[in-house]
Amino acid sequence: MIPATFDYIRAGSVDEAVAALVEHGDEAKLLAGGHSLLPLMKLRLAAPEVIIDLGRVDDLRGVRDGGEHLAIGAMTTHDAVIKDPLVQEHCGVLADVTRTVGDAQVRHRGTIGGAIAHGDAASDLPPLLLALDGTVVVQGPDGRRNIRAADLFVDYLETSIREDEVLVEVRVPKLVGQWGWHYEKFGRVAQAWAIVGSCALIKGSNGTIEDARVGLTHMGTTPLRASATEATLRGASTDAIAAAAEQAAEGTSPPSDLNATPEFREHLARVLTRRALTAAAG
Amino acid sequence: MTALDTPPTALNVGRTRLRKEDARLVTGRTQWTDNLQLNGMLHVALVRSPMAHARVTNVDVSAALEQPGVVAAFTGADLVSNWEGGLPCAWPVTEDMAAPVHLPLATDEVRHVGDAVAVVVARSKYQAADAIEHVLVDYDPLPVVTDMEAALADGADLADTSLSSNRSYTWQKIDGDIDAAFDGAAHVTTRRFIQQRLIPLAIETRSVVCEPPTHSREYTLWSATQVPHILRLMLALTCGVPEHELRVVAPDVGGGFGSKLNVYAEEAICLVLARHLGVPVKWTESRSEGFLSTIHGRDQIQDLSIAFDADNRIKGLKVELMANMGAYLQLVTPGVPILGAFMFNAIYKMDALSFTCHGVFTNKTPTDAYRGAGRPEATFGIERLIDEAAHELGVEPFELRERNWIKHEEFPYDTVAGITYDSGNYEAATAKAKELFDYDGLRAEQARRREADDPVQLGIGISTFTEMCGLAPSRVLGSLSYGAGGWEHASVRMLPTGKVEVITGTSPHGQGHVTAWSQIAADQLGVDYEDVEVRHGDTAVAHKGMDTYGSRSLVVGGYAVVSACDKVVAKARKVAAHLLEASEDDLEFDRGTFSVKGSPDATTTIQDVALAVFAAHDYPEDMEPSLDSDATVDPENFSYPHGTHLCAVEVDTETGHVHLRSYVAVDDIGKVINPQIVEGQVHGGLAQGIAQALFEEAVYDADGNLTTGSIIDYYAPSAADLPTFVTDRTETPATTNPLGVKGVGEAGTIASTPAVINAVVDALRPMGVNDVRMPASPRNVWEAMRSARDASATGRSELGAREGGAA
Amino acid sequence: MRRRRPEGTSVTRISITVDGTTYEDDVEPRRLLVHHLREQCGRTGTNVGCDTSNCGACTIHMGGTSVKSCTILAVQADGEEITTIQGMAEKAPGVRDETEGWHPLQKAFHVEHGLQCGFCTPGMIMASAALLAENADPSEDDVRQGLEGNLCRCTGYVNIVRAVRRAAAEMRGEPLTTSPEEGTMGEADVTERAGDADRLRDVEVAP
Repeated sequence: MIPATFDYIRAGSVDEAVAALVEHGDEAKLLAGGHSLLPLMKLRLAAPEVIIDLGRVDDLRGVRDGGEHLAIGAMTTHDAVIKDPLVQEHCGVLADVTRTVGDAQVRHRGTIGGAIAHGDAASDLPPLLLALDGTVVVQGPDGRRNIRAADLFVDYLETSIREDEVLVEVRVPKLVGQWGWHYEKFGRVAQAWAIVGSCALIKGSNGTIEDARVGLTHMGTTPLRASATEATLRGASTDAIAAAAEQAAEGTSPPSDLNATPEFREHLARVLTRRALTAAAG
Repeated sequence: MTALDTPPTALNVGRTRLRKEDARLVTGRTQWTDNLQLNGMLHVALVRSPMAHARVTNVDVSAALEQPGVVAAFTGADLVSNWEGGLPCAWPVTEDMAAPVHLPLATDEVRHVGDAVAVVVARSKYQAADAIEHVLVDYDPLPVVTDMEAALADGADLADTSLSSNRSYTWQKIDGDIDAAFDGAAHVTTRRFIQQRLIPLAIETRSVVCEPPTHSREYTLWSATQVPHILRLMLALTCGVPEHELRVVAPDVGGGFGSKLNVYAEEAICLVLARHLGVPVKWTESRSEGFLSTIHGRDQIQDLSIAFDADNRIKGLKVELMANMGAYLQLVTPGVPILGAFMFNAIYKMDALSFTCHGVFTNKTPTDAYRGAGRPEATFGIERLIDEAAHELGVEPFELRERNWIKHEEFPYDTVAGITYDSGNYEAATAKAKELFDYDGLRAEQARRREADDPVQLGIGISTFTEMCGLAPSRVLGSLSYGAGGWEHASVRMLPTGKVEVITGTSPHGQGHVTAWSQIAADQLGVDYEDVEVRHGDTAVAHKGMDTYGSRSLVVGGYAVVSACDKVVAKARKVAAHLLEASEDDLEFDRGTFSVKGSPDATTTIQDVALAVFAAHDYPEDMEPSLDSDATVDPENFSYPHGTHLCAVEVDTETGHVHLRSYVAVDDIGKVINPQIVEGQVHGGLAQGIAQALFEEAVYDADGNLTTGSIIDYYAPSAADLPTFVTDRTETPATTNPLGVKGVGEAGTIASTPAVINAVVDALRPMGVNDVRMPASPRNVWEAMRSARDASATGRSELGAREGGAA
Repeated sequence: MRRRRPEGTSVTRISITVDGTTYEDDVEPRRLLVHHLREQCGRTGTNVGCDTSNCGACTIHMGGTSVKSCTILAVQADGEEITTIQGMAEKAPGVRDETEGWHPLQKAFHVEHGLQCGFCTPGMIMASAALLAENADPSEDDVRQGLEGNLCRCTGYVNIVRAVRRAAAEMRGEPLTTSPEEGTMGEADVTERAGDADRLRDVEVAP
């Protein structure tokens, strides 16, 4: 299929991209890797008047050591994230989850910023960012501001990034101490979106859990955390995992589609969270 | 006729030759229809109905005509005078079959989402895609029919207002005394199975290019089709273009699986547009468009009852089908399900078989032949039913099969359905499959897992299948009211340099006919494999043929190549005898050389003969100076591949996820021309049959919208979703063609679906599960487990079982 | 109703290098790279099989690795070096002397019968080449997972996996198992090869 016509602006810098957003308002769309936007445009489910291409903004690429966090340029491809030595050393869970995104070709082209900014609850990276208490840096006409992941995902495919702002950086904390993690992604075929996913991180030693984080994929209109499960596990023994996982679906409002009823999704969230936590604790 | 043990010189037949087709394909030097760019070519886009059923009250193309690059735009009414009737259905299965007129562009009523109502022609495909958004269509909604059972109820809404009911036909065939078989039965097993709707999904979408007459009076139509010959005839009839002024070319064609075995609206439209506009036009389908406009497959409800005597022998089988035609009858839509009348009895002996099929119209994309076409549905039904009966009777599923199957020594065997299986050896295939599969070892592991209450349960599934292919004896097709015969044609031309052209009426699109036909011709003629070129897929080159579908090409088309080669050799023998001044009876022919018995120096080669005939200075008086020969062969019977397939699945009872752990396929397809090609055909067939069992379903909502509208949610498996299959063969040659071959294109698809579902059910049987709706997705497996649990909790007997009870 | 500008008012000049040849063209910004390659650059070896980035038939190399050219705008490729299936062989291939100059993957797909209709094959080969660039000795599972973004409807993938591993062996300089074609003339069997337990075994003729 063929996209509708649009005007094309190739931004040479973030400032230029912001200026274009200010000028064109909601008629404009930012183009990062294009792997969320272009398929929608080809099916004519999206038809922006103006496309602002971030592909030439080179300073949006790469991973920087920010001290207690890693700062990942929004245009860094999934593949580059997976292979980045800083990510591997300080936030291996990001590499592991990113490996499950799309397929090889998609990871060569798709970007972390694009995947986060799309805000899709069925996508793999947003729940992880939430579980990590990550932050995104956005730049608008008034300069830059940080948005905590907890404040980022507002509703179905809707984030708190304003129409005149560009997501420039994704910040994830360095995992300090004894962290284990595991992502259970459950889908119909290898390249399909998750029916449900559960990403668990556990910090602790000798069977005692200091901290637990669980991000849930496709369990609501936004990415979610299994907060009740996390609370039960903090300070508990790993023996509590099975019981805590039973709380995984609390506070979720999973969608209904061909692959699952809400009830089945809740069931899967419990099973997958138990498995993810067990593997993370292992 | 008996099978030849080996062709005269078996240098090529029976062994792997790497494919001649590959050199272009792996280097990207291909000619897919969409590659064609002709001078002045215009691009076609269709306006398709977003509604499943509506009256079309107005179509206005005037705004589209104002769009950049637009050259022309037409409504259905504008083009209606071009059609001599509608698109063809070649298989009126009953005299009173209801068949709505199927215009390539609808005029006053649309009957499924994707039904086309207008067409725009523009200078580029981008402009055409833009312009169709400016065609204004007023739709007045009509009631939508999606459910087959509701469609057949009294007073049901109509899927087509021109018809009096949604029933297209009821076709019945009763063999033996079915009432007697059931009256005296010791046990009856009754089940309902659902064959979900599938999308064939050849990776090349359809594409059509039509060029008006240039150097002659001939229109040339290129199409991504399996059936250039049938298409030429049918387009000539549909569009009123004289058949001899229409050339149809199937260039490189990227898979078909039945979806390109048809005569489509877009082919007729492109021909009419080229005629009207006087310039070449092209239409290429997008994938999501194809999901609406290219035929779907399967979609049956099967109500089955099987009766046994006290010795667990099958007495009779009752089959009642509802088959979803969709909104229109395409080329062979109504005939597909009735092939089951010959296949539901499968490899089993029984006294009686009753088969009833109701063809039902709904407001969905038409169904038609999809890989296996009627036979996978039947095979699934009987192989699932046998497993359920074995469970109810408390016998091992293999034991029940073995008790009832046709024994090797009973061939040839006249089946209850009235056809003759010429050869087969179910015992040999089964023994080999069990050994390769480690059947006993896996049963032991299954017992351990059950004992340990493992959340991951092991299931073992069996499918002992047969099929009928090599379509088809023309007289049989005639008796089934099919509109044409099942013969095939080949021509063999010896060129002056000793090279050979084989022209075949088959139309390959991945099956490797160029390679396999070269192997056959090289051995028959005693020439080098590389000295043979095979031409196909262009009615100007291969003027006569019945094309490629139904696992027929080798069985019928290969037979024609043998027959034409034999005629060439017979002519060459006559010339050789003349040149060698010997009697024909004294000539021996081996590996291309004629020699006189007892005179080792008196020899000549077929190549020398070809040159001599070309020169024509000295040849026998009672023949023409030509070795070229044609053959048109009509098979005397179908062929009957069979095999035993075994499947092991691990079912995660917590999530419903099914992991296909191992798969063994032992197929008996008779003699083999090229083992590597055969293996590839089996692999690909397995993948599609397994995909039906585990992954794929075309889902419609109650408004008739295709919910699974793209590959994003129509789950075709990738390499990551399938295991490496273990394939092997046994060999009982077919006796009805000189090559001893049976056909292999559909075997894997036909056999594998029930093997997988039998395995899934077997894994869950201790939980009271007796069926899982296809595809066995996590959701469907989970719901089957939950229903079984609920049923046992409320004290009912096992779900769905014993409905027929012991009679 | 969306506002539409007349076609042709907005084009962008791009320069891309395809299989070693540089092409400069004015393109509409919305033009998909795969259409540009097929229709302006003559690269009809690169195919389109879907409209949702799922099938992988359009896979090419850009920026040194595999990408799906149906999900990239031609303007995004400005200045890039691209390799298509038509640039994989070292020289223009002949019809008959088949494997000379071919990429090991092209040879291996041929030898292992890793293609039937051939429509997905260019994408499969390009995806596989990128896979092998990162993993010179992939396991069967590595290959299967690595090709999850490419659909084939003909082969059931078994021979594709074999082909990729065969090519990997050749690229590592290891001796290759025999071609399935090399066997005793006239025998109806395929020689079983080491490590391929699932090859066709000796055919048992049931009389």
